[in-house]
Amino acid sequence: MEKAPAAPHPEYDLLRPIENPGKSFYYIVAVLLAIILYTGYVYIRQVYYGLGVTGMAQPVTWGFYIINFVFFIGISHAGTLISAILRLSKAEWRRPITRMAEVITAIVLAIGGLHPIIDLGRPDRMTHLFYNGRLQSPLLWDIVSITAYFTASTVYLYIPMIPDIAILRDRGVKPRWLYEFLSWSWQGTEQQHKVLDRAMNILMVVVIPIAVSVHTIISYIFAMTVQPGWHSTIFGPYFVVGAIFSGIAAILVLMIVFRKVFHLERYLKLIHFNYLSVLLLIMSLLWFYFTFSEYLTGFYGHEPNEMRVFMYKFSGAFAPYFWTMVTCNFLLPLILLSNRKTRTIPGILIASISVIIGMWLERLIIVVPSLANPRLPYPTGIYIPTHTEWMLFLGGVSVFILGYMMFARFFPVISVWEIQEGRHESAKTVTERISSYMPDPQPRYTGSMENE
Amino acid sequence: MKWGMVIDLQKCTGCGECVAACKLENNVAIVEPKESEMGRTMLWMDMLTVYEGEYPRLRVRQFPRPCMHCDHPPCTKVCPVRATYKNEEGIVAQIYPQCIGCRYCMAACPYTVKSFNWYKPEWAPGIRETVNPDVSVRQVGVVEKCTFCVHRLQKAKEQAKSEGRNLREGDFQTACAESCPAGAIVFGDLENTGHRVNSLSRSPRATRLLEDLGTEPKVIYLKEVD
Ligand code: SF4
Ligand code: SF4
Repeated sequence: MEKAPAAPHPEYDLLRPIENPGKSFYYIVAVLLAIILYTGYVYIRQVYYGLGVTGMAQPVTWGFYIINFVFFIGISHAGTLISAILRLSKAEWRRPITRMAEVITAIVLAIGGLHPIIDLGRPDRMTHLFYNGRLQSPLLWDIVSITAYFTASTVYLYIPMIPDIAILRDRGVKPRWLYEFLSWSWQGTEQQHKVLDRAMNILMVVVIPIAVSVHTIISYIFAMTVQPGWHSTIFGPYFVVGAIFSGIAAILVLMIVFRKVFHLERYLKLIHFNYLSVLLLIMSLLWFYFTFSEYLTGFYGHEPNEMRVFMYKFSGAFAPYFWTMVTCNFLLPLILLSNRKTRTIPGILIASISVIIGMWLERLIIVVPSLANPRLPYPTGIYIPTHTEWMLFLGGVSVFILGYMMFARFFPVISVWEIQEGRHESAKTVTERISSYMPDPQPRYTGSMENE
Repeated sequence: MKWGMVIDLQKCTGCGECVAACKLENNVAIVEPKESEMGRTMLWMDMLTVYEGEYPRLRVRQFPRPCMHCDHPPCTKVCPVRATYKNEEGIVAQIYPQCIGCRYCMAACPYTVKSFNWYKPEWAPGIRETVNPDVSVRQVGVVEKCTFCVHRLQKAKEQAKSEGRNLREGDFQTACAESCPAGAIVFGDLENTGHRVNSLSRSPRATRLLEDLGTEPKVIYLKEVD
């Protein structure tokens, strides 16, 4: 581990992974590529033989692909939504976090968006969606909103990157054409900064409703049917809360990994983890509130078909998953994060991973039990995922890791210019802002009454 | 015109003739036993069993279950490509070459009547000869279900036209109705007072499955009287 003798750039730590990626980078890329290639083979095999190679059957006609679709799109809410909210609320501590979060969104959205196609029995007929598409179908709403979300969030990721790309271009970092091209001849003039600020402000506001709509509509795919366990008005907000919940957990895990691998302790400080994990804790409580409301109303109504699904989750075949979900999403984060002693980096890491697992289980618990318990006297359905489905899940995760590594290889994962801006300007503006909304000093508390 | 079906459970013996007739008539694929065990049996007409009471006083009832051809079908509402739709005569149809295989309609059908072609359907050499040429053989990856033997309607209409007359009751019968040895299944036009289904559907014994969902099934059951 040689140390840079004299850091040529003030934020050298952020640029180092780009200017000299270590050897291990290539090893990991090779392993990931191997997994992805094999996944590709497994998928082509599925297209060739049909969906019979999966574990889906009747009546459980949706399995891993739809579960992972909801899960991945949920994770994507980490980014844009959180970063937009933090930027909009001018939370100063956001600066090292926003970019990382936005990258998650862009990559995971692309992976999640592919899942419904993987799930199709006839992917070769995709084009029917365009010339026979029925706008009355929630699936079409979904395509529209995911496309809009993907477009908005990639632009929202790219625009604040322009000044950083220009830094790389000016330092002559290697694929020069790439940085030349992407920097859009950014010179950092005042006029350019103004335009950039305006563009970011517009996108920030636009992206929030789009993000909320995306997961609401995904919940509608289920809620628009009359099936027990799905036909629920709470599903829209429930899915959005769950999405943000799993999203925050994903950012936390990534932040911890990057901090360790790229030695970013100077940027990602304990306070960032502290703030975000409190947010995670709040989301955990909210998640519990929604889950409680959802199941209590179902139980109280005691409609026989509804109860069959309910009991299947509570004490039937799905009980182990259900209670693991409650532990992962509520008990564990509550215990770990509400106690200052355990709200440390390892504690946060455990809580975040547990939330990610718990939220995946939640998707499983929403999709399968309703399908497995039909209303008419059929035998209860079974679903055991096969090798193909596990591989496609693993492949999706690998694409995510690879995508993130490639991004980190070519672009700084922490916004350099925003950090610099923060260093130079924000201290002053923040003091001004705080004093602007603090109550004016009252005469009897201030000894001297100079200013009034 | 509103094609519908009345199934008299008092007459039905649960023999399963309708199930077999439907399977042959519509070229419904026979899947391997292993697949069938997984829950991939394909039946457009199924025989469902209800157990009532506890062991010594156990009572077993059976009832045939085709697609209900709902008047407000939840399945057609969700289809993203209009591969399943309700035609003017009330039959809920599937367009196989248009179905993208998303299985949303299967998830939405409260009666769980739809089947999916998990693999390319195959027929054993002996059975291949019995394939009905009037019914298209489905491809892999599409959803299928009972069509009220709509190909027979086509034939009956053409026959009637060539004879220069209107369609009469009995011209168009589904395979299950035709084959039922007990005469428990009656098929016809629910809106035509001359058809038997019309009067039967107004019987005090008439009931429909999951009526409270508002799907308005066009398959009507006549309850057993003990
Ligand atoms: S029974 Fe199911 S498949 Fe048939 S029309 Fe009704 S919803 Fe559609
Ligand atoms: S499986 Fe086919 S018929 Fe059913 S909703 Fe999808 S496209 Fe429509």
